[in-house]
This record gives sequence, structure tokens and C-alpha cells, in this order.
Amino acid sequence: MKVAVVVFPGSNCDRDMYHVLTDVFHFNAEYCWHEKELPKNIDAVILPGGFSYGDRLRAGIIAAHSPIIKDVKKMAEKGIPILGVCNGFQILVESGLLPGALLKNESLNFMCEWTNLIVENNKTPFTNQFKLDEKIPIPIANGEGRYYADDETLKKLKKKNQIVFRYSEVVNGSTNRIAGVCNEDGNVVGMMPHPERAVESDINPIDNKPSSLIFESLIAKIGVNK
Amino acid sequence: MSLEAQELAELKSKIGRDPTSTELQIVAAEWSEHCSYKSSKRHLKMLPMTGPLVINEKGYDSGVLDVGDGYVVTAHIESHNHPSAVEPYGGAATGVGGVIRDILSAGTRPIAIFDGLRFGDIEKDLHARWLFKNAVTGIADYGNCLGIPTIGGEVEFDECYKNYALVDVAALGFGKKENLIKNHAKKGDIVVLMGGSTGRDGIGGSQFASDSLESEDRSAVQIPDPFIEKLIIEAVLQARNDGLIHAMKDLGGGGLSCAISETADALNIGIEMDVDKVHTRESDMHPDEIMVSESQERMLIITSKTKLKKLEEICKKFRIGCSVIGLVKFDNQVHIKKGKNTVANLSADIVANATLLDLPSKEPSYLKTIENEKKFKPISDYSKLMMKLLASPNIASKIWVYGQYDHEVGIRTVVKPGTDASVLRLDNGKYLSAKIDGNPKQCYINPREGAIGCFEEACRNVVCTGAKPIGMLDHLQFGNPKDPEIFWTFLESLKGLTDFAKFFEIPCVGGKVSLYNETPAGPIKPTPVIGVIGLIDKKPSVPQKISKGDCLLIIGDTKNELGGSEYFEYIHKFVGGKCPIVNFEDSKKNMKSVLDIIDKNLIKSAHDCSKGGLAVAISEICMTNQIGCKVSLDKVPGEKLDVDRILFSESHSRYLLSFDKKNLQKIEDILRKNKVSFKQLGQFGGEQIQFTNASKSIIDLNVQKIHKIWLHALPNLVLHGKKTV
Repeated sequence: MKVAVVVFPGSNCDRDMYHVLTDVFHFNAEYCWHEKELPKNIDAVILPGGFSYGDRLRAGIIAAHSPIIKDVKKMAEKGIPILGVCNGFQILVESGLLPGALLKNESLNFMCEWTNLIVENNKTPFTNQFKLDEKIPIPIANGEGRYYADDETLKKLKKKNQIVFRYSEVVNGSTNRIAGVCNEDGNVVGMMPHPERAVESDINPIDNKPSSLIFESLIAKIGVNK
Repeated sequence: MSLEAQELAELKSKIGRDPTSTELQIVAAEWSEHCSYKSSKRHLKMLPMTGPLVINEKGYDSGVLDVGDGYVVTAHIESHNHPSAVEPYGGAATGVGGVIRDILSAGTRPIAIFDGLRFGDIEKDLHARWLFKNAVTGIADYGNCLGIPTIGGEVEFDECYKNYALVDVAALGFGKKENLIKNHAKKGDIVVLMGGSTGRDGIGGSQFASDSLESEDRSAVQIPDPFIEKLIIEAVLQARNDGLIHAMKDLGGGGLSCAISETADALNIGIEMDVDKVHTRESDMHPDEIMVSESQERMLIITSKTKLKKLEEICKKFRIGCSVIGLVKFDNQVHIKKGKNTVANLSADIVANATLLDLPSKEPSYLKTIENEKKFKPISDYSKLMMKLLASPNIASKIWVYGQYDHEVGIRTVVKPGTDASVLRLDNGKYLSAKIDGNPKQCYINPREGAIGCFEEACRNVVCTGAKPIGMLDHLQFGNPKDPEIFWTFLESLKGLTDFAKFFEIPCVGGKVSLYNETPAGPIKPTPVIGVIGLIDKKPSVPQKISKGDCLLIIGDTKNELGGSEYFEYIHKFVGGKCPIVNFEDSKKNMKSVLDIIDKNLIKSAHDCSKGGLAVAISEICMTNQIGCKVSLDKVPGEKLDVDRILFSESHSRYLLSFDKKNLQKIEDILRKNKVSFKQLGQFGGEQIQFTNASKSIIDLNVQKIHKIWLHALPNLVLHGKKTV
């Protein structure tokens, strides 16, 4: 089973994600440059973190117009699992695949720190191995990570079970402490924290098992070596 | 900002004619202190620069260390002081960019950034606060965008940096030994300028940095673009993998002038280039401007005509500029043309090798009385004093700073910032630990011992992670070298560092000298900043949570050495006293003992004792572990001293070990065997930090309470202008 790691100019967590997918979870992963088409036989797509186009104009907005996004949208319609992490989440939001917006953190600063997520939806391809309300220690690293949704969107998000992760406490001023959301079908998930930085025990000072379930969920959904 | 009269005469006599205006610009840039090291170079040779792990190749801008299994680590340090003092955001950001390209030019991927920041007194000085805040944002915006973790550094405030800023940036790279660029050029090779366009920013930057800061010359400050730098990194590494690079050099101080002449000189070749071929930001740039512009994010690459197409394809993929600007010749000339016309034609040797100076030195007169202490007001309440000290800008937690830096990207960071030294995992199963340290307060009082102290402190920090020091970076920052008293302090510091490096067999793998750090108010205090790189073969010592009943033990003697201490300077507003002196033999024994104990996995954490002395070091352990501790000061080994001296002396070579009581015997056995001065000071538990002396209570503080003070003092001051205590 093949996982595409989309690389935009300025992506900088692509190599970390690739390492985790291949060396830790034994997926067959492939870098996909943003100006090319996605390979036809892809089973999941990951948009990694970074600063695509140097976060110019607004984080994710230029990358959202990259040629590859057309293919990503097609895959999304087909129900293929798609995960956007950090800048990847911002790109999914800017391309209209996910609702809401990501604003500057309340502190107006870039924030790099460890926090805890609470799993709110365990039906997605990236959360199916979690129990509801399970806690995930995980780091964030972003400047524009404050999720915002207006009342109407928020109502819809709640109704359709689109809130996937919340922070366990107020971190950056996100609406309802939202850290990750999914589309209505649940196959497209975006999250600001970095699971790829938390799955290996020697770099995770707290517990690497919960965040590993994000990737194990994908394995449960699409398998590894089929 | 041009050549001095005798330098101009020298140039004329060397070339036997009047130089052209472009030649004058090129030589002025390359003979500037910043590029030529003309005042310092003859003395820098005293530092040991070789060792079993050091790989020396021509033309490298960074040091290379062999870390085994076919892998190398590269390291370099730079500063960007003058630009940061004028425009802190851009100055600090481009400081990061410059050192990153030095790492890249060896053919290694940059994997870590460290920054040492120094400003005036931010408690009183709003301008210093503005400089500090914007320099931090500049580093964050640049490093974060590149995806290179900023994993360590230091921040210090001192009146001597009023209206000024020291921004030191060190970087580490990692790669396969076989991928190192073996700088060479073949007949018919071409010279390519890759990356951002050349504009009118940073014109004359290196001359600007080679004079005292008297005017705010904004055109001399470079404009940062981390996005282009990120693209360059990926493009260069791809070109390296494809074997397309014969030689490479980054464009830094002196711009094209420096890159062309130094490359030609290092490779023993000539380069003929055409300024019309350079991709510029503006169409009407004069050849002189093109040659000395310090526009950032540019790399000079020598490749062959046959490899050019592939290189161009890579640059096209990343949409970065790629211009063939010249040809490799074998006449050792730097030949600059504009179209068909020659605008400069000089021997590379003449341009790249300024005549070295042998400046006079004289011991500064202020040193004669500096050790004399005045009589201090007796301290009535040490608990209150401790709160004040923990809230002081130099001691308060720097989480507000490193929390703005992505220190996790790259997924190598095993030990995170906020500890003694950060630790990175390497691809060969080994670990790398690194730290930079400076101490201008001590270096002012004793330039030699102060510099040695910085070196030892950086060693102590990496030793606390279980790493053996394998290499050193020195960054020597002083005022105007033509002042014999200042030059004396430079030489003393250098001699001290050399002695320590030789005794401990730690080679200097890279460095930088930054002189003319002065404003009209005067020079800065001598500020050598030392980086130490340590290697861990097995497992690093990752601090573990301390629990009730665990023991606290000190290694090393506490002496009556409070000169330059935070206690003297911040509490008593006194500059002077006796500077702490490192005893090399004790230092070695203590280092070895800590490494032995870590190797045997006997401790939960090791912490060095430095700024603020024993009292602050113990408080830091308690705060980060959220646990109290009872400490008997009468047990502290060393000279018999008054309580305030025991608490706040900044004697070197001291370590605090925290461990499970069951390991006490084994630890004591190792320490006795190594003939080390040590003592168990107390035990952890409860919520109070209690220091007693002969059963009399000296300090009694609630951990939660002081933790809050320590954590919030810096943001309170920077963001809200509020003093916490």
C-alpha cells in the first residue's frame, strides 16, 4: 500500500514524515513534488508541515493553488485517506477541503511546545485505533495555528462529528480548543500538532504510544504491505 | 569605508599602477577586518586545529569532524552584530542564513542552530528591549522557516551592550563523509552563481562591520529571505547527490568580491567573470555594487559545462536563479569584466591575503584595581534576595525565547532546550551534544581566566549529557583592536583558550573574530563565546524526574570567586572582585568522574553550577522537577566562606548530581577513586527549598512560587515592561 508525501517548495517536515512512514511503520511511501500528478495507485496522501512558499500572504494559501491539489481533491472525493499536518492542515483549509481557518496564535508568536490532545472522533482513518477522549502527548510548532470557525461552521462541525482533536487545555486561543478537524466524510483530516515528532520513544519525553495510534489507524484502514 | 592611505599605497605598489574603482571596492571589502582577519590571523594560529577526528580540507567555511561509520558533523559560528544593532530583525535573521550556508557549502545538511544573544540592560533600557524582542523574532522566523531546529543558546544582558547587540549564531551539519565537497576545479570548468538575486542591500557590509558603530547605515544591512534559503539548501543537496558540484562557497561578507577571490586563492586558480551575467534585482546596478553587494541566499558553484544542464534543471525545479557568471582559468587572476570591458584584473593572492598586522598590546590599567572588593551591605533576608535573583533577566527562564524556536523539527532532538545542553540523535546510533557559552562579566575582570571559564562551562554542559567534548568553536568579540589595551584582552583570551584546548586535547574546528564592537559610548566587554561539541557513543543522559528521597551531591570546590557574579553585579551593583579560575587538573578529574558515573547509569540528572552559583543551580533542579530540597551549606566542599559566598560563588568545575539513594555508595566509590572533591548536600522532597547553615535556616522558599517567578519574569519584562520581583 502506497502513501504519497506531497512536497511543496518550503515543506520542511516531509523528510521527518517519510522517515516515520517507512522506517517506523513500514509503509511504502513516496515523495510527490507539487508540480507533478499524484501516482494513480496511491492509497493515502499526507501533506506534511513546513513553510510552503515561506508562508507568504497567508500560511498555505499559495500551495493550495499548486497543480497537485487538483489530484488531492480527486482523491478526497474518492474517499482516500488524506492527512494534513501543520502547514499541510493549513493547505487543506485554504484549498477548501476542510472547513474553518487558521489564524495567528493568540500570543502572536511562533509556539514550539509539548501539549496534550483529546480524541473527539475515533471513526477517521487516522483515529480508528483510539478510544474516545484518549489523551495524546504531542508537540506543536506553528505561528498560525489558532483554529477558527464561526458559530454556524462550529455548529455544523459538531453536528457532523467533524472535530477530531481538541487540546486538553487552552494553548493558542483556538475556537473550542480545536486542534484537528475532518471533512464530512471523515477521510480528510487536518491537525496542527506533529504526530511524526512523537512516535519514537527517544525523542518523545512523555509517551510515544498514543501518537503511534495515528499511524496504526492508517495501517488498520489500508494495510501496510499488501 | 574604504582602504586606509597606507593600504592604498601598498596596493598600488603591488600591482604597479592605479587601481580601478571596481578594484578598489573589491580590495576594500576583502582587506576589511571582517574578511581578512588582518589583526587577528597571525595569533589565531596558536589554537590547536588538528586532532584524530578533524578533517581538514581546503576552502571549507566550516569545521568537519569524523563521527564514525562514514558520517561527519560540520560546525561553524558567526556573528551579525553591527547589522543587528541597527536592524535587529533582519540582522539576526541574516546571521542565521549566513552560518547555515557555511555548513551547506561543505556538502552537509544543516541540522541545528544555536544562538547567543547579548543586549543592554532591558530592565531600564527600552531600546535594548526592542533589540532583544526583534532579534529573537528574526531568528525564529528564519530558522523555523528553514526547518532547522534552534536547540540551544544563551541570552545575557549587560550595560556594556547599550545601543548595541551581539548576535552570535552557530550551526551544525551532518552528512556522509563521501558526500563532502572536495573543493577542486578542472580546466574548462565554469563558475555559477545560484540563488537569490543580487541587489543593493548589504553594500559595503563587511567594511561597515569593520569599524565602530557610529551611524545607522541601513543600506549596509542585508534583507533576509528564508524561503529562498530553504530552496537553496534542497537544490544544493540534490546537486551534491548528483555529483554536480566541483567546488562551492557561500556568499557572505564581501559578497562576490570575497567569494571569487577566496575561491580562486584556495583552489590556486584564476576566475574570469562578467558582472552582466549576474542576475540582479535592479537593472541599473554598477559593477562596483554588484561586486560588493551582500545580498543573501546566494551560492557560488564551480561545475563543468557538461554538468551545467542538470544543475540548471535542479534550479528550475526550485525556481531559483542560476547564472553562469564566469570561467575557471589557470592564471591565478581575479578578472572581472563588464561585457567586453575589463573593470578589474588582480592577482587572487593579492586580493585574498591582506598584509597581516602585528598590533601592539598593553595590559589595561583598569585591571590593576579590579580585584579589590568594596564593603557590601549585609543581607537580611536571603529568601527575598533569591526571588530577586531568579527574576533577574540573566537568570530568569529563557523559555519565552526558545519556545519561539522550532526545536523539534528534523526529529533528532532527544534532550530539548532548557537543560544544560541539547542532544541530537545521529543516523549512526550515536548522539551529539552541543552548547555555546560566554561570560563577558568575568572576561572583563580577567580576560584569560574568563575565556577559559566560558570554555569549561560549555564543556561542563555537554559532559552533563554524557558527552565527551570532541571539538570547539570560538567566537572572539572585542572592541577596536588598534587600542593596545583592547588588543591585550583579545590576546589574553586567546592564550587562555589555547592552553585549555591543548590540555584537554579539544581541537578548535571553527571560529570567527569580530572586532570593532564599539559605539560612541565605548567598547563592549571582552566577549569570547565558546561552542563545544560533544559525542556520545552509547546512550545520552536524559534528565529523569527526581522523586522524594533522591540525593543531591556536589562535585568540585566552592571558592571565594565572586568577581563578575550575578550576586555582585545584579544585587550589589558592583563590578569587580576575583574572577573564578579553572584548575585544569581538577577540571579534568571532575569531568571524567561525571562521565564515568553517567556511563554506569547511576544518576537521574547532572547539572552544572554556573550563573547565580549553587543557590540558583539547586533551585533550577527543584523548579524543573517541581520538588523541594533540604540543603546543608556547611557541607559544601571548598574554602571556609561566609554564607553569601557559598550560595553565590560562580567557581567552575562544579556539578550537581541527583540520583536514587541506592546508588550513593557506588557514586561515592567512583569519586573517591578519582580523588575528586565532593559531598552529599541534601535530599529531595516536600515543596520547600530549604538551605541551612549549621542548622540555622538561611533560605526557605516554596517551589511553586519561585517557579512562577522564574518562568514569567522575562515575558513580563519584555512584553509588559513589568518587573516581577
